[in-house]
Amino acid sequence: MRTKTPKAVITFATTSDAMAMEASARAHGIPGRLVPVPSEIDAGCGLAWCAEAADRDELAACLERYSLSYQGIYEIQMY
Amino acid sequence: MKPPAVAEAVARAIMSFGGVGRGVHEASLDAGMTVFMARQKLSDLFGGPGPKNVAFSSNVTEALNIAIYGLMEPGDHAVTTAASHNSVLRPLFRLQDAGANDVSVVALAPDGGIDYDEFEAAFRPETKLAVIGHASNLTGDVYDIARMADIAHAHGALIIIDAAQTAGTVPIDMAGQHLDIVCFTGHKSLFGPQGTGGLCVAEGIDVKAIKVGGSGTHSYDRTHPDFMPEHLEAGTLNAHGIAGLLAGLAYIEEKGVDAIHRTTCALADRFVQGITGIDGLKIYGGGADGRTGIVALNLADADSSLVADLLNTRYDICTRAGAHCAPLMHQALGTERQGAVRFSFSHLNTEAEVDSGIQALIEISRELS
Repeated sequence: MRTKTPKAVITFATTSDAMAMEASARAHGIPGRLVPVPSEIDAGCGLAWCAEAADRDELAACLERYSLSYQGIYEIQMY
Repeated sequence: MKPPAVAEAVARAIMSFGGVGRGVHEASLDAGMTVFMARQKLSDLFGGPGPKNVAFSSNVTEALNIAIYGLMEPGDHAVTTAASHNSVLRPLFRLQDAGANDVSVVALAPDGGIDYDEFEAAFRPETKLAVIGHASNLTGDVYDIARMADIAHAHGALIIIDAAQTAGTVPIDMAGQHLDIVCFTGHKSLFGPQGTGGLCVAEGIDVKAIKVGGSGTHSYDRTHPDFMPEHLEAGTLNAHGIAGLLAGLAYIEEKGVDAIHRTTCALADRFVQGITGIDGLKIYGGGADGRTGIVALNLADADSSLVADLLNTRYDICTRAGAHCAPLMHQALGTERQGAVRFSFSHLNTEAEVDSGIQALIEISRELS
């Protein structure tokens, strides 16, 4: 049976911001990947970045280092 | 003429892409990344503020409509020149004919040149926009858009550039030339497929959206997103076409705009040199600050359609004849009835092809005289 684990989730205002994150991750090896925005954060649509919760500080540092625009960073339980 | 990589990119995309921003599977991400990279390269090419300030449309005409109708408010006045294409003139004239706006069209000299003092005199306190073709699609003359931008800004107006003829083949620098919006088409010197185009918008310019609908995000909002670039896009993007455009942009990046411009101008100059001396030849333009690969001409009083047809059927040379969607430029040049034969050289042409064009014109001229 699958169990939920803590994840760090970054949301973006625009698809372009999400794509900038993806491009930066490919270039710099940022942990995580794009996922559909979890409904727990936003009951809408769009893209979010998801990584292990343990990588949260590294993610925050990368957002700063590579001047990536984002809306928020959340820590939630996800499958 | 396009680099082979363009067609290959479109073929690859059409077999594999999903919708941009409509999923997080590989097919959708590939499409999304391709579109994002194209936005980045376009911003780099135009000296723009970044990928989020590049919105795609289906061509430059649609981009100009988005920019003009998104900025003009009732009571606003706009300035353009007689060199403008109908993609500029018709949106402005429609506003003028509706009665809520006024438009001033700056006249041209018989050589297609613009008097910049006359251009400045057209501005009024209520002037909102100057909408300017970077180069004439008829003569190929390149105008001093940096100078016109500074004039517009001195009068509190914005400047929109129609870069249909120049994007990819003449250097453009939004930051250095102080341009507010650059509208481009993908299918000319950017080497992309037809059906691609867009606009690059400087930071701080608020263009009202004239198209609203699907955006891929914020589905439960009643209104269309107010952030760029989605603000000026609605519905599924032509990602297949944009994949080809990205390949074209990569090609330009590799070759360099300056090098492309030099080669193109050298071919056009070689052509002009080769045909100079043909009895009755008229070459139009030359009154501006630079050139593209366009050479517009007539042979004495011969119908431009006849000359173009002979070039096509006998020599397999593609030109355009007649009117060129620039009615006021034809008036300035005095070619309303005769039209003009337009050669459009690319840096992908060869000197041998140019020389074939020269020889063909010499032979046609002898036959028609």
